[in-house]
Amino acid sequence: MFILIIGAGRVGSAIAKRALEDGYEVSVLDTDPLSHERLDKDPTRTWEDMGGRFTVGAALEVDGLIEAGIEEADVFIAATSGDNTNLVIAQIAQRRFNVPRVVVRVADPGRAAWYAEQGLHTVCPTQIAIDQAMLVALAP
Amino acid sequence: MYVIIAGAGKVGWNLARELIAKGQEVSLIESDHRRYRVVEEELEHAVQYGDATELWVLERAGIQRADLVIAVTGDDEDNMLICQVAKEKYGAQRIVARVNNPRNVQHFRLLGIQPAVSATDLILRLIEHEVPEYGLVQLLALEEERLEIIELEVCTGSVAAGSRVADVVLPDGSLIISVLRGGAGFVPKADSVIQAGDQVLLILDPGLEEDITPQFAPPAGASVDGAGRR
Repeated sequence: MFILIIGAGRVGSAIAKRALEDGYEVSVLDTDPLSHERLDKDPTRTWEDMGGRFTVGAALEVDGLIEAGIEEADVFIAATSGDNTNLVIAQIAQRRFNVPRVVVRVADPGRAAWYAEQGLHTVCPTQIAIDQAMLVALAP
Repeated sequence: MYVIIAGAGKVGWNLARELIAKGQEVSLIESDHRRYRVVEEELEHAVQYGDATELWVLERAGIQRADLVIAVTGDDEDNMLICQVAKEKYGAQRIVARVNNPRNVQHFRLLGIQPAVSATDLILRLIEHEVPEYGLVQLLALEEERLEIIELEVCTGSVAAGSRVADVVLPDGSLIISVLRGGAGFVPKADSVIQAGDQVLLILDPGLEEDITPQFAPPAGASVDGAGRR
């Protein structure tokens, strides 16, 4: 199974490394070439040594998405720091490239809920934090 | 009419001012606090502070009763999503989106955001209209109606040069609607004669361009440069 992850921040890079260790084929796209460092296993073994793919490019540029392998992707994860970028590229992955499974990180709970109703698989860290904090804070 | 405008940059501010002057009710939404303060000096309660991509900000502005939502921020993703929720969640009758980077037009189309206006594209078309080296200029594309209006230069030695309009062989679904000659234009009749150096305007179904251009192009083997130019 081939996973394409957009955004090599804390969330994106952590998912990428774990998926690669679990034996999945993983490709990561980020605008910042330096974000690659987050993916390296240690100073002696780079992300590519471990078998990962990395592409520098903007998420809305179709050429970059294709170079990163969107046409072959089984799973697409939109994990950039911008909600709006994530929501747009997730819909591009779903509608234009027909990626079977699309996951979107959306920090804004209101839109995470509405886009989920529209058929996007949204993950909302804010909502999870709210729920967890409420659970602990209001525990009897 | 109630109009919501997202983004109080040069475009948004001037649009708001013009619409208010025409007697429309306008809410302008700006997410940069300093910019908001500047615009508020003039527009007062017609401008609101907030991020128009957030649903509660749109709801506070009264999006449920908006007749028209215009997204003209400097960020294409924002403009796409503001228009998408305006249309699909709140049922706005009409939307207009600004395209900052013309390469994103395809994404606006994919999400069903129409019309999407790109200033770069508009200016490019104007340049092409002024500088007809490009041969074929698309003047207008009515995407919903599936019609286009194009302008073509009639080259010396082409099939059309010296022919009556009725004798120019054109595919079904296309029509010569105007001839521009010597700085003036006229609507031709069937027996009007087309001359080399004229520009002709045609209305057509999209995709017929390739069948039409050979009638106006220089004969095969002739140099394209200089043909029919003054």
